[in-house]
Amino acid sequence: MTFPLERWLSSLPVDRSLVLLLAGVLAALIVGSLVGFILSQTVKGEAGRATVANLNARLRAWWAMVVVFGIAVATGGIGSLVLFGLISFLALREFVTLAPTRVADHQALFWSFFVLLPLQYYLIGIGWYGLFAIMIPVYGFIFTAVRSVLAGDVDHFMARTATINWALMVCVYCVSYAPALLMLEIPGFQGQNAALLFFLVLVVQLSDVLQYVWGKLLGKHKVAPLVSPNKTWEGLIGGVLSATAVGAAVWWATPFTPAQAAGMAFLICVMGFCGGLVMAAIKRDRGVKDFGTLIEGHGGILDRIDSLCFAAPIFFHVTRFFFDVSDQVP
Amino acid sequence: MIAGALVKLAKVMSGARAIWTKPIEGNAQRIFFANHTSHLDFIVVWSALPAPMRGRTRPVAGRDYWMKGRVRRYLSSKVFNGILIERTPSTASSEEKRVAARAAIERMAEEMGTEHSIIVFPEGTRGSGDDVAPFKSGLYHLCKLKPDVQLVPVYLDNMNRILPKGEALPVPMLSRVVFGEPMEMRRGEPKEAFLERARSAVEKLRESHG
Repeated sequence: MTFPLERWLSSLPVDRSLVLLLAGVLAALIVGSLVGFILSQTVKGEAGRATVANLNARLRAWWAMVVVFGIAVATGGIGSLVLFGLISFLALREFVTLAPTRVADHQALFWSFFVLLPLQYYLIGIGWYGLFAIMIPVYGFIFTAVRSVLAGDVDHFMARTATINWALMVCVYCVSYAPALLMLEIPGFQGQNAALLFFLVLVVQLSDVLQYVWGKLLGKHKVAPLVSPNKTWEGLIGGVLSATAVGAAVWWATPFTPAQAAGMAFLICVMGFCGGLVMAAIKRDRGVKDFGTLIEGHGGILDRIDSLCFAAPIFFHVTRFFFDVSDQVP
Repeated sequence: MIAGALVKLAKVMSGARAIWTKPIEGNAQRIFFANHTSHLDFIVVWSALPAPMRGRTRPVAGRDYWMKGRVRRYLSSKVFNGILIERTPSTASSEEKRVAARAAIERMAEEMGTEHSIIVFPEGTRGSGDDVAPFKSGLYHLCKLKPDVQLVPVYLDNMNRILPKGEALPVPMLSRVVFGEPMEMRRGEPKEAFLERARSAVEKLRESHG
């Protein structure tokens, strides 16, 4: 005998575990929004009010981001490709705006935005793993340097070309690994790869949020005072452990056992922390607090996906190495 | 509708964020004058204005460019409602140029009438974006003809990287449109002093927000 809810779930065109994950996230957001509302009514004092206002702005943005991400994942491959392609575009724009490039780099930048970026996502769309994995690190690396040198300006040439390559690697190559998870062929998990993407984004974003929460509650000892003064050991350990626990708890939606899911979630959290730290160093180097102003309370899009940039490629390759069967040596 | 779509497109491409250092209100006639580094400058300033103000604000542009082809003609006459100015060929004598410039200024003053604002780029030509070049005297003569209008300095940041001089295709970076505090021409102010004061108003916005 099946329950009506279960029958309704299995009649949906999308994966059942995905719907459950999404429902869980929405429930958490509802609870969070209620807490935010209660705090906004009760907290007194200027500093406390500012924190609560920032919290509520972040929550509002989370609602929008969850809705957009939910739609993208639910529409399968094409929705995810379009969403992450757009994220890459906006992130690259923020990155390049801060980068000290010159007029001579204009053509190289134009190619980065309008040829290399769409091409990278197209390669994922057609499932050409071999070229997807090397297009930017090999062809993009060489092409952008050649295009800039042809413009004939040698001032700060190495810094400029290195900056363009970093921009492409961080904003396009690394981000594109998130939808690339849909390419993996894992035995017994066919057609459910969207849950893998959901797992990555859930853990990486939850880790950010929980590090922030634990840091606000208990934070004392700074991890990297010169790079990111808001990051504390208490926040880091509390955030990573609790996000790892959530990752392990949703193992049923992934191809992993509970222990494997915990290991993967831990890896994602640690890589996410490293990504956030590196992006913080870049911001500090350029003398800005945020990459942009796109998302209220969060700063720019790059401020929101800094952890994902480093977590996505590592999660992809570790999963591919241990679970994918497409090109294993017999 | 086309205007709305163009405004959206310009905002997406330039990611332009308007920053008002002083709130500007009311229906006063204004001359927005800005530094000039890119073909997109006018549309970016125009897009950054609040909709009611945008409806009353006209660009000043070259007739030869905007009368060429149906699309440009449609855009300049129906969408931007541009004030089209005859440009003198570079082969013209200096006397011919002076007469033409005089006629252009009178034309602008006339077209502004009693309700329109305009956007001008007094450097006269697009620069590299490294500094704000000395202003041409047109702004001074226009202010003599229209002494009651408000002058609003505008600094365009990063446009030179979005579509630099000599490039045909834009790169989508984030830019900013910084509107400064309105100023006026002082009674009996000498031409050079006024033009330098106007230029330094834009330069100051660059230093504080660049």
